[in-house]
Amino acid sequence: MDQKLYMEIKNNSLPLDLKEIPVLKYEVFYDQVLAFLKDEGKHCIAYYGVESAGNLKLYCCIADDNNNIVVLFAHELNKDHLVLKSLTPECVQLHIFEREIHENFGVEFEGHTWLKPVRYPYNRKNRSEIINSYPFYNIESEELHEVGVGPVHAGIIEPGHFRFICNGEKVLHLEIQLGYQHRGIEELFITKCNALQRCILSESIAGDTSIGHSLAHSQLIESLAGIQVSEALQIERCIALEMERLAIHIGDTSALCGDVAYQLGQVVCEALRTTIINTTQFWCGNRFGKGLIRPGGSNYPLNNDVVNEILRVLDDTGRRFFEVTDLIYSLPSVLGRFDDIGILTRQQALSLGAVGMTARTSGILRDIRKTHPFQYYKNYLVRPVILETGDVLARGMERVLEVHESVKIIHELIEIWQQKIKDFRKPVYDYNLKPDNFAISMVEGWRGEICHIAITDNSGNIAHYKVKDPSMHNWMALALAVRNQEISDFPICNKSFNLSYCGNDL
Amino acid sequence: MFKEIKVLKSHGIQYVKNLRMQPVSALFRGRPVISGDITKDEIKTVSFACPVMAIDGKSGSIDMGRCVFCKECSFLLPDKIRFTNDYRISSNVREALIIKPGSENPVQLDENRIRKEIRRLFKSALKLRQVSAGGDNSCEMELVATGNVNFDFGRYGIEFVASPRHADGIVITGPISENMAEPLDITYNAIPSPKIIILAGTDAISGGIFDGSPALDRRFIEQNHIDLFVPGNPLNPLTFINGVMDLLGIK
Ligand code: SF4
Repeated sequence: MDQKLYMEIKNNSLPLDLKEIPVLKYEVFYDQVLAFLKDEGKHCIAYYGVESAGNLKLYCCIADDNNNIVVLFAHELNKDHLVLKSLTPECVQLHIFEREIHENFGVEFEGHTWLKPVRYPYNRKNRSEIINSYPFYNIESEELHEVGVGPVHAGIIEPGHFRFICNGEKVLHLEIQLGYQHRGIEELFITKCNALQRCILSESIAGDTSIGHSLAHSQLIESLAGIQVSEALQIERCIALEMERLAIHIGDTSALCGDVAYQLGQVVCEALRTTIINTTQFWCGNRFGKGLIRPGGSNYPLNNDVVNEILRVLDDTGRRFFEVTDLIYSLPSVLGRFDDIGILTRQQALSLGAVGMTARTSGILRDIRKTHPFQYYKNYLVRPVILETGDVLARGMERVLEVHESVKIIHELIEIWQQKIKDFRKPVYDYNLKPDNFAISMVEGWRGEICHIAITDNSGNIAHYKVKDPSMHNWMALALAVRNQEISDFPICNKSFNLSYCGNDL
Repeated sequence: MFKEIKVLKSHGIQYVKNLRMQPVSALFRGRPVISGDITKDEIKTVSFACPVMAIDGKSGSIDMGRCVFCKECSFLLPDKIRFTNDYRISSNVREALIIKPGSENPVQLDENRIRKEIRRLFKSALKLRQVSAGGDNSCEMELVATGNVNFDFGRYGIEFVASPRHADGIVITGPISENMAEPLDITYNAIPSPKIIILAGTDAISGGIFDGSPALDRRFIEQNHIDLFVPGNPLNPLTFINGVMDLLGIK
């Protein structure tokens, strides 16, 4: 009598047969999802809709960190009656996913108090809602004023709109409106059906995470096509991913110094970041690692010249980075600006389903490298850095400590790599995907959990492609962290999270 | 105090002395060279394989304004197509970005087509406003890098400024998403005339891999005169720097 309620799937492993995924009644779906998400060790990695034959199918993927599995629930609605009881009042982390489903398909989630647009995609249900008409929250009061910033900002950064409600200098509320960067990525994965086009596309989801996203894509294709790659290549991919983490963390340290006008720290870290990205360029000809990760093989297999260059640069840059951060994080003028500012409490982070660095600096162990290991991390134990205070200082220190870790990881991985047999396989572009399958791929990028999910049709074409950047979960964390802060502290709070606009907007 | 001195000593001198002749790593993918004896069949193969239709199926020329520099054509035909590490590939004329088989010539600006007021007004100081319109943040980071301690483009009085009111021109990255089309217009209109437009990166020049996406609105590009095209995915800081120096006539 025991009816199966969900499917279990492991990251970066065999895909599921679509027919085997049980479709639940909404009452059951609702209860099950809620019951699962009550547990701290589980969080929602993606919850989204897929249109098919007049119906709308909802998939909810929940990561079970303690058992290293992903649990998949499904529900199907008739398009004539798109009303559901919202899960958000009971489980806040689902707010953004329900908003997305509402925006894309017009599902009314009864009881959702914040059913606002996510990104104004071109194929949204209601084209009459345009990005200029975003319904901002406001408060009527003689004492309060609003500050609007963006979409075009003062620096060279991506566009997004921030609307503050302030009492004097103090921020009472911040609303972040995104969508300006929407390029229709998920649909392009289907319409651009050539394998190389998809690789290029995956590298352009968020250019600062080219390696993370292109690895997530390649893994997904490999699991759907049943391609195995050598251990040597797996190690190379991990090294590339750690190089990306190093470059950004060092660059962010520079930016944080810049925001508190500490020029020495800014300039020194800037130069150090250059050495790392130039090493990536030495390896593959591109400072952001575009072109380095491909399904099934590599155009730039690691070799001894590259290894020696990496070791040389890590030695020098590593030493100099620790020297300068030792200085930065001992200065009262810096600490005074970072300490106790922009706090995201553990409770807030849990309820938002925060991921990656943002979760780890609020005391939560979430690191896909450890909890849902992929590539060579399956055989190699990563030691995630967990900090407790959830403030700008913690997010700054997290970067320093993760740089320490990544340098160690790269050293150790290179040693293991040297023992492995190299097979120098070229990328595979003429793959055949298993028909009617569902596959999921996760990668811990420098920001956090990247997730790509694909569904194939009965002739093995990609019928649906879902991309989730960690920023999707974490933007709301920034909005909460600046409450009751001085508005002048917004820039350092924002930098300390360093979230992706294009990753959210897709 | 001692810590500072130690840090400064390790830091040493980081700036690139000659921005015109900075060597880059051997694998850097810059200007392509296509062999003059590439055959019809070979052209067919690579133009079919190219993810962005940057290779003309008839002539075999490569349009760097479309190319995403994936190098896949060169992996297919290593004897016929190679990518040099020449990063000086910006031009003020769109056609100059099209590299024909047999050509080894560097990419140049057409001096006659540079608007007269540009050099007269901006040669000793040029302030630019950057707008990302669907950019993936890699071109944006490379533009930030032009002003960093290594490249220090500020040495020529060339800088990015916060307000369009303070700017002499606009630098656009990204394929121009529909949702950014209006903010881009507003920003451009807020810049006092005369002003210049620079397209930075392949996505901005042609839409790149996003070409054809219904989420774009590229009317701005069609309606305005472009003063400089800077190819790359993302553009290299040196490509941008050299392009702007050539535009302004800085030696
Ligand atoms: S390098 Fe450029 S021309 Fe060659 S295949 Fe890639 S995009 Fe096309």
